[in-house]
Amino acid sequence: MEVPILKQGPYLIATIQTALHDADLVQLRDAIVEKVGKLRAKGVIVDVTALDVIDSFSTRTLSDVAHMIRLRGANTVIVGIQPEVAFAMVQLGLVLEDVATALDLEEGLSYLHAKDRQGERAVPRRR
Amino acid sequence: METNSGQELRRYDVASVTNEQPLETKRLLLKELVAHLREQRTQAREDWARRIQEANLLTAMSNEEIFAEATSVYDNYVEALATGTFEALQAYARNLSERIIPRGVETEEVVGIVLLLRDVLARSLFSKYRSDFAMLNRILDAYEPAANRIAITVAVGFVQERERTIREQQEAIRELSTPVLQVRERLLILPIVGLIDPQRARQLTEQLLRGIRANRAKVVVIDITGVAAMDTNVANHLVQTVEASRLLGATVIVSGLSPEIAQTLVNIGVELSKMTTVGDLQGGIEEAERLLGYRVVPKSSDTAESETV
Repeated sequence: MEVPILKQGPYLIATIQTALHDADLVQLRDAIVEKVGKLRAKGVIVDVTALDVIDSFSTRTLSDVAHMIRLRGANTVIVGIQPEVAFAMVQLGLVLEDVATALDLEEGLSYLHAKDRQGERAVPRRR
Repeated sequence: METNSGQELRRYDVASVTNEQPLETKRLLLKELVAHLREQRTQAREDWARRIQEANLLTAMSNEEIFAEATSVYDNYVEALATGTFEALQAYARNLSERIIPRGVETEEVVGIVLLLRDVLARSLFSKYRSDFAMLNRILDAYEPAANRIAITVAVGFVQERERTIREQQEAIRELSTPVLQVRERLLILPIVGLIDPQRARQLTEQLLRGIRANRAKVVVIDITGVAAMDTNVANHLVQTVEASRLLGATVIVSGLSPEIAQTLVNIGVELSKMTTVGDLQGGIEEAERLLGYRVVPKSSDTAESETV
């Protein structure tokens, strides 16, 4: 099951639609990291709304994605974690350390916009 | 001699246990029994009510009430014996329980009075059939299983009713105790008052997470001014709640930590560095507004600007 990675302006959106095997997750990770460079994306949104289980491997892969993307010079935000999933994750000690999260796609986009504006302020724009 | 009588006794036991009496006989016996109990109604009821009073049961009720209830229990009892169906008695037991539970009647009292009635009736059977031991035995064979079942029905009905009441009250308290309130667009507050046990903590977290999603909250202020004490479990649960909320994209501010709680938390070494803590609820809401980009401006000082930006 391949996860589609859509380009929306300067951002990439990957919506996970069904539960994924470990191999699929790794493939998703590699695809995102590659596309970020190829498409010169400024941010990535990973939408996990459809997942009703997020295990340790998924957590690890998601946080790997976020850290790799940071090294590639873009921001990542994980959106759509269900309340029950969030609670279960925390109880199992699966915490997405240093990874931005948002309620849904809309929130994720506005988070990336805000990040972009901050970035623009920090680095003077070229004339 | 001894072995002989023992054998005889055993043979009799076997006969009664294996139900060698034909069903027809049994029904006739029950019929006779019921007729006898109906005949004895006045006498037995009085005996029963007197013994209830002597045993100091049902002290929450007046003597007249006891007698009135005794009458209906007696009639229902005989009815259950006569028909062999227990639904009516069950319904009555539930109804009775509903009426007497709020008055503080205890389980042992209810069980006690039912067993007393059983004793009174057995006594009257003894006196009637004392000349004919075999007949008495057969009558008791018919009477005892039914009487036991009645006693169980009434006792269980009472306990069930009580448990239902307790469950309802617990539910009500739980519902009441965890309101999640929206004070501004995308800002929730969760005031916690009273003791937090693991079950309540869990429910609290669930409600909060659901509230975050339903209201699309970005910032949540958890106010624990009303929490008197906190232990490691509760503190850890608080940390978990904060983490889970963050996974949903909401920032949590904890407000109103009392000096005692602050000391406890430092002493037991709970990892609180990830939490934003603010002195009181006002501070918490101000901090939340700051995070959301609101600015509250008094009307008089700056009329040119709107109240919130």
